[in-house]
Amino acid sequence: MRNWWKALTILLLFYTLIGGLLIPVPKQVILYESIRNLYFHVPMWFSMIFLFFMSVVYSVKGLSSNDLTHDTKAKELVNAGIIFGVLGTITGSIWAKYTWGAWWVNDVKLNGSAITMLIYLAYVVLRGSLDDEQKRARIAGVYNIFAFVLLLVFIGILPRMTDSLHPGNGGNPGFNNYDLDNNMKLVFYPAVVGWILLGWWIASIRIRISKLNQKLDE
Amino acid sequence: MRYFSLIALILITFAAKAQTIEMADTMRSEGKIYVVIAVLGIILFGLIAYLISIDRKLSKVEKQVNS
Repeated sequence: MRNWWKALTILLLFYTLIGGLLIPVPKQVILYESIRNLYFHVPMWFSMIFLFFMSVVYSVKGLSSNDLTHDTKAKELVNAGIIFGVLGTITGSIWAKYTWGAWWVNDVKLNGSAITMLIYLAYVVLRGSLDDEQKRARIAGVYNIFAFVLLLVFIGILPRMTDSLHPGNGGNPGFNNYDLDNNMKLVFYPAVVGWILLGWWIASIRIRISKLNQKLDE
Repeated sequence: MRYFSLIALILITFAAKAQTIEMADTMRSEGKIYVVIAVLGIILFGLIAYLISIDRKLSKVEKQVNS
């Protein structure tokens, strides 16, 4: 079974959905049942970061070997990652409206993730504007490393250095400090793995289509 | 067949009894959360079935191109 991980993806996602809605959660003011969004909103970002990380891995491989298939993989991983980032932004916005009271607040974490999305959109535009394959692979690869470093700064570091509404940043503890009880871990960890695998699945399909197109162009 | 009608009779009795006590079946209990699970489950099932069919179609085209 070469595709066992696809079966695992399906299993984990259905478990996330059913367990995520049925298994008891801690009772919190303001949050109430919306705490269950943790199983869906947060894994979107984890999937995005995972896909962008794998993309930068392939970019480094491509830069060190001049193999153009690495560039193709890097591009499609970014494309798939952007989808997850968009979903994370939209779901976060809805969640913010009903807990913080506004669709968007000028918070470091939120603005940082928005800037990160723009940086990666610029990657797609930059890569698309170059015609020469070798040059494109090299410039896109270097930019991708730059983009991932900025992602770490804007999502990982800066939000932790100032006050933030968003859990897990600044003086604001993440769910895992005391809220994420054992019941929630039971769903949250499988959810993260399931969504990441789904992202990988979608990216792998995009990579295969891209390779086919290249073959047809030759 | 004999057993079937017997079991059916027992089930009907139970159902009738349950109905006189409470008007909620599984789908209408717990704030109807099971209805949400059914809806989301169908959406997830549909999307994953679609993804699998895309995956299979792609495998076919890959075979054609690579042969």
